[in-house]
Amino acid sequence: MLTFIGKRLFQSLFVLFGLSLLIFFIARVMPGDPARAALGFLATENQVEQLREEMHLNDPFPVQYYYWLRNLLHGDLGRSSYTHRPVTMDLVQYIPATFELILFATLISAVVGQVTGVLAGFFRNSWFDGLSRLVSYLGIATPSFVVAIFLLFIFSQVLKLAPGVGRLPIMMTPPPTITGFMTLDSLLAGRPDLALTALKHMVLPAISLAVIHIAQEGRITRTSIVENMQKDYITVHKVHGIRTPRLLFKYLLKPSIIPTVTVMGLDFAFLMSNAFLVEIVYMWPGFSRYAVTAMLNKDLNAIVAVVLVIGLTFAMVNLLVDIIIMGLDPTVRLRRGGG
Amino acid sequence: MRREERLSDLRATLAQRRRGLARGWYKFSRNPLSVLGLVVLTLIVLAAILAPYITPYPGHARAYTNFADASQPPSATHFFGTDRVGRDIFSRVIFGYRFSLLIGAVVLAIGVAPGVILGLIAGYHQGTWTETTIMRITDVFLAVPPLVLALAITAMLTPNLMNQMMAIALVWWPWYSRLVFALASSLRNEYFVREAELTGASKFHIMFKEILPNCLAPVLTKMTLDMGIVILLGATLSFIGLGVQPPKPGLGTMVAEGAKRLPGEWWGTIFPALAIVVVILAFNLVGDGLRDVFAVEEV
Repeated sequence: MLTFIGKRLFQSLFVLFGLSLLIFFIARVMPGDPARAALGFLATENQVEQLREEMHLNDPFPVQYYYWLRNLLHGDLGRSSYTHRPVTMDLVQYIPATFELILFATLISAVVGQVTGVLAGFFRNSWFDGLSRLVSYLGIATPSFVVAIFLLFIFSQVLKLAPGVGRLPIMMTPPPTITGFMTLDSLLAGRPDLALTALKHMVLPAISLAVIHIAQEGRITRTSIVENMQKDYITVHKVHGIRTPRLLFKYLLKPSIIPTVTVMGLDFAFLMSNAFLVEIVYMWPGFSRYAVTAMLNKDLNAIVAVVLVIGLTFAMVNLLVDIIIMGLDPTVRLRRGGG
Repeated sequence: MRREERLSDLRATLAQRRRGLARGWYKFSRNPLSVLGLVVLTLIVLAAILAPYITPYPGHARAYTNFADASQPPSATHFFGTDRVGRDIFSRVIFGYRFSLLIGAVVLAIGVAPGVILGLIAGYHQGTWTETTIMRITDVFLAVPPLVLALAITAMLTPNLMNQMMAIALVWWPWYSRLVFALASSLRNEYFVREAELTGASKFHIMFKEILPNCLAPVLTKMTLDMGIVILLGATLSFIGLGVQPPKPGLGTMVAEGAKRLPGEWWGTIFPALAIVVVILAFNLVGDGLRDVFAVEEV
């Protein structure tokens, strides 16, 4: 088991190293002068030349990469040319808002996706199955920015059932930042009312993010439920007179959940990329909106950092998923030389 | 005599191929949803090609202002209403399909071939350094979601249609190399490949004449499904502002422009948004139909 984790860890590190090389290469071969871009058009030629020297831009590519990687390992990702602050500082400020949103979305998609998938599989070819199939077709074909705009338009602007954009109404003072999660911080500050408001603000963006994953996870769960229902051990249990709920929860759910967990790992990364769109629509002051601002302003250091953070998250989540699956699935545990 | 034989051989092959097509079409047409998708898709493609002739206001696809007609709700003269400078949204949506289809076609045209070739080489050279190198490079490109990498690359280049297509193609090939790698590495152990090797066929012949034809059905199915995804990605990039630039009528661009004027002028957002959903849905339905025809599971 440890050898397996070690091996996967090594692979992840290798991929991240490759990713950093790729993205750094693209950032450096671009036409234009990063030093000039960082200082703006008012800087003198001397200042630019000085910065070029500091940024090692006059050195050959491998040397530049070496210095950049060394700084990266010291937690220094350079300065953002847009916010004029160290990129690391920006990331620390913006990441929690996005993670709070994504975790909430994952929770919604896991619960709703599982329940619909199990029901659709158990009552195969019923009206519920048909409906869930239709919704999943639509869910997969609808870009998340369209879902976000539609939900905002219908539930917030027309029906006025949900609050509008942002994490909190403008006139409310946010609680002091401890974790960066608005709901947790509010609770820590002893303000459950504020936590509830923050939670309400999260509902629409989180559903916008979750829709496509509900669709996919629902379909996958349905398929594996249908597959497992035809297996001999289920027939045996039925013959022995085990009641439906017990059959469903005790014997059917566990083997059927494994493919879904695998997909959820992938989904987490896709949530991060779809958050790019949902955060724009809901003016969510998070990492993804920071990323989009960086991209629209050609803020090279920030763009590189954003890609690396997402790559790192992706790698870690996938590792975690592999470990969870080993816990869930005894055959995998044995095959991978752990047992 | 020999010539006659050849001709009858050729005829037999053609007849067989026709029967194959007929059987394929029969399987495809058994699924009403796939047929519906195909019909919608044909209409969209025709409309996009003929856009300058069939749209009521072809001039509105460019920079154009007519404030007398601005912000009109949907009506008989303007099916989808007009935007804030008085352009007919219906005409712009039809022209917008041109960009969407162009992006899908160009990205797949330049992205699929390298992916397939690399996957083929890696799959044939299973267990060698060639395989390791190619597949690890593939992993690097798959280490972040395609949207993020495509966005980052377009942003670092200059955001426009051309660079958008280049960026998406650059993040798209790895999916094909992974798919073809999986197919090729199982095919390379089949008897017909072993046999070709024993008779001294060249590597090139084995890879491209023996293995490749057996990978085409899944690749074609994946391409159909991917058209929808690439169009979605293109619309997304345009929505963010890193793709088709206004005043050009990109569907994503139009949604972004219109969203600023919600909830009052809902038609400026809702119709372009629905147009995106319809074309992606159509490609997905046709792709699902093809999956049944070819009986592929890998995609």
